[in-house]
Amino acid sequence: MKKKLGLILMMILTLVLSACGSNTQTEEGSQGSSGGSGEKGKLDIFSWWTGAGEEDGLKALLALFEEKYPDIPIENAAVAGGAGTNAKAVLASRMQGNDPPATFQVHGGSELNDSWVAADKMEPLNDLYEQEGWNDKFPKELIELVSKDGNMYSVPVNIHRANVLWYNKKVFEENSLAVPTTFDEFFKAADTLKEKGITPLALGDKEPWAATHLFETVLLGELGAEDYKKLWTGELAFDDPKVKKAAETFKKMLTYVNEDHSSRNWQDAAQLVGSGEAAMNVMGDWAKGYFTNDLKLAVNKDFGYAPTPGTEGTFGVITDTFGLPKGLNNSEDVKKFLSVLGSVEGQDAFNPLKGSIPARIDADVSKYDQYGKDTMEDFKSAALVPSLAHGSAAPEGFVTKVNQAVNIFVTQGGVDQLVSTLQSAGTELK
Amino acid sequence: MVIRAFTKPASYFVLIAVSLFFLMPVYVMIITSLKPLDEITLDQMWTLPSSLDFSSYGEAFSKLAPNLMNSFYLVIPATLLSALLGAMSGYVLSKWRFRGSEILFTLMLFGMFIPYQSILIPLIQFLREAGLYNSIPGLIFVHVVYGIPITTLMFRNFYVNIPDEMIESAKIDGANFLGVFRHIMVPLSVSGFVVVAIWQFTNIWNEFLFAVTITTADQQPVMVALQNLSGSQIVQWNVQMAGALLAALPTLLVYILLGKYFVRGLLAGSVKG
Amino acid sequence: MEAVRKETAKGEKASKKSYSSDQWMALAFLLPSFLLIVIFVYGFIGWTGYVSLSNWNSLIPDFSFAGLKNYMYLFSDFRFQADLRNTLFFTILFIGLVILFGLSLAILLDQKLKGESIFRNIFFFPMALSFVVTGVVWQWLLNPSTGINLFLNTFGITPKWYTDTNILAGFQWGQIEFGLPAALIAVGIAAVWQMTGFSLAMYIAGLRAVPDETREAARMDGASEFQIYRQIILPQLRPITVSVIIIMAHISLKIFDLIYSMTGPGANFVTDVPGVYMFETTFRGNYYANGAAIAIIMLLSVAIFIVPYLLNSRKGEA
Repeated sequence: MKKKLGLILMMILTLVLSACGSNTQTEEGSQGSSGGSGEKGKLDIFSWWTGAGEEDGLKALLALFEEKYPDIPIENAAVAGGAGTNAKAVLASRMQGNDPPATFQVHGGSELNDSWVAADKMEPLNDLYEQEGWNDKFPKELIELVSKDGNMYSVPVNIHRANVLWYNKKVFEENSLAVPTTFDEFFKAADTLKEKGITPLALGDKEPWAATHLFETVLLGELGAEDYKKLWTGELAFDDPKVKKAAETFKKMLTYVNEDHSSRNWQDAAQLVGSGEAAMNVMGDWAKGYFTNDLKLAVNKDFGYAPTPGTEGTFGVITDTFGLPKGLNNSEDVKKFLSVLGSVEGQDAFNPLKGSIPARIDADVSKYDQYGKDTMEDFKSAALVPSLAHGSAAPEGFVTKVNQAVNIFVTQGGVDQLVSTLQSAGTELK
Repeated sequence: MVIRAFTKPASYFVLIAVSLFFLMPVYVMIITSLKPLDEITLDQMWTLPSSLDFSSYGEAFSKLAPNLMNSFYLVIPATLLSALLGAMSGYVLSKWRFRGSEILFTLMLFGMFIPYQSILIPLIQFLREAGLYNSIPGLIFVHVVYGIPITTLMFRNFYVNIPDEMIESAKIDGANFLGVFRHIMVPLSVSGFVVVAIWQFTNIWNEFLFAVTITTADQQPVMVALQNLSGSQIVQWNVQMAGALLAALPTLLVYILLGKYFVRGLLAGSVKG
Repeated sequence: MEAVRKETAKGEKASKKSYSSDQWMALAFLLPSFLLIVIFVYGFIGWTGYVSLSNWNSLIPDFSFAGLKNYMYLFSDFRFQADLRNTLFFTILFIGLVILFGLSLAILLDQKLKGESIFRNIFFFPMALSFVVTGVVWQWLLNPSTGINLFLNTFGITPKWYTDTNILAGFQWGQIEFGLPAALIAVGIAAVWQMTGFSLAMYIAGLRAVPDETREAARMDGASEFQIYRQIILPQLRPITVSVIIIMAHISLKIFDLIYSMTGPGANFVTDVPGVYMFETTFRGNYYANGAAIAIIMLLSVAIFIVPYLLNSRKGEA
């Protein structure tokens, strides 16, 4: 009798669990997903900063906030994996489910403006900018990247530079080469290196964005800052002869890369430069952290840096920013966090650890290494342009299509095909 | 006879050659994961380690341990629940058939072959609505639901082999639907339970698509964590190999200890059983 | 079937009360599973179909009707065309090798050699592994600058394995070069390594089902071993081969984990498959409607194999 009862109980349990699954399991589930705006007061700071230096930077920033506002509880809600793609997927699901985090990491430019701002999910921050006097503390072109129709929607915390040419100092000295500043010089140096049996340019495009990143710097070098920016506003068509010229140059560059590029990721490519198997590599300046921290190489001794060919005086910007989602019940607290984030103190707590430079132009230069100092100097004077590969210049969907087209191009080298794909994808840019 | 004398050594030769091919990945996995750091260079990939060093296991374990636990929290309840549901529906579909039950069974079976991509978008929307997205209970639910066809099939095939006469006589003795299930079907299908449990355990442990789309970060089962660990030279490949071995260990152990049942499950997957 | 009918007939004769309560219990046993399948398989497939006809190609859902736009886009897309080519050739390569290996090994093992069970276990064990583990390990073994090439280099051969962008026997067809992408051979090796155990197990079971008397009788008639296999045993294995083809085809058509963890889409999409494209375009690029359309095409391609097989095998059994 007892056994029978147990069996029936077990069955009922299964029935309840399966048939009315959503009811019983909702409670379990909401414990699993991190507590969002529902918990009053708690600020969950959403990012994908879980790597070595960046996590330390974030923690330093959170510690600074706790010191200033000890009575506002704060939580690090970072999501690891996939260089931010995982986090973006989680963010999208939370935003769609009307459960936004208190504030979240988003690249300035299209990634912010064409998605969350366009979907009317963000509060404008004009008051905060006014109150903190930020309007002349961030470069004007940077503020444009976080603005739409005259309203500011997020606060930049850091700057990474996209158009950096990293090179192995020893290899360059041994072959008595000068660092190329134009494409002609680049190809001349590359020919010399090739003769010596050294791979001139390291590429790791296992993840296709790395090839797009290289292409973007070539576009910038061939077009110049003005025309490059016009591409994204539709003022310059993608079938312009200059774009075609850039594709030709890109194609030529690809004849100098390591043969196994498609089985390497960007770190593996940087490693080739570190070991001297390859001479140069084009990558954003997060590579500096990889050179110094992971490969234990010294700046300006083992490896050097310069703007990519033809991009002297321009600065490909990737900026991490944080905004204020609509529909929060603790938005005043969030604004307090954003004010710390945008302060000199906040930026100087975060950036030296993260290995980026501050978005403010009045930060304390002495806290940064030589690369940081040089880059901060360039940042002040250079023309700032948004990065394509990292979602600042154009919407994610466009970038996906460019990645696809570039992936095909790397193998096939069809200049006309690349241009026409860009052209047809560009019609979506309006 | 002459031919036989010749074919035997030849057979052994072929079998041993193929075996070496099959064992090659295991060899590389094991020796690499046991090498001390300074021997982990590519040109020494195939040589035996000069001394045993378990530090890569330590490192891989420290990176994968939380995800290993996630996998256990996922696999055990999901296996039990889906086996239970399968036993229940398999019982009805084998011994209490009704008009249309065969069609219904075929309809259920189709669910076992579909590419899960074709239900993934609504599934994620549903889990989000239900508050189960990015949680282990959510993944358990998913594996229970999509495990129903295979477990039903397996149990049905077991139960079909139980003679109807036994059920008839039990009924004459006054046993009802539940009594027959409890006193005849369940005791007679213990080995069936083992086969199904092993099959589901292995499948759910090894599953990747649901795991990578439904969970992130600290909720991820071990296969997703292994995939995140792999594929670059930042994480040294001895650690990747140790990680692969660690992630494979539970299912490998099940295979080594209960291989007979595993192969039976394998064959049951081909519908006819 | 006969027995069932008898049973039902008897059931009807039994007392009304117990009959109906048993019926209710049977319903309660079956209903949860059945409902779950109806909703989560058929309902969701329907919903995916609906999404594939919508304009939902951004973060924000948009269910306005788009007609076949997403499908048209896919069939004109280089990547999807390459995916279809890859799937076709991969499936042929994979099934062919799995059958070849499985059958030959089964026949070898069928000779009652010593150590048969050791060999069997060696060939079966990869089946217990995850495709992800297989992908991670073979990625290193077939990486052109590591692994197997360290051996092959000494003979002066340096295959590029999964980084090879050549299309074997290729010719231009539409936007793509149609032929067998060389990189897929590397993926095929890993897949065959993992799945041969399945066909081997099936064939071993099949060979065991051939009665010894049949062979003896043939031997008496003076047939050679080769003739016995060719003329008597192989024909009997036909249904097993059909099962192996169907099961392997459905695995191959929806393959995702192995390729995602071993190679990714590959340069020029030489190792890309619909499963990977669907994942990336939906969950990385936010093209939900395009992703749904890929999923529906995958489903249809699997259904072509599975539906006749299911109907057939069910009919055979009933």
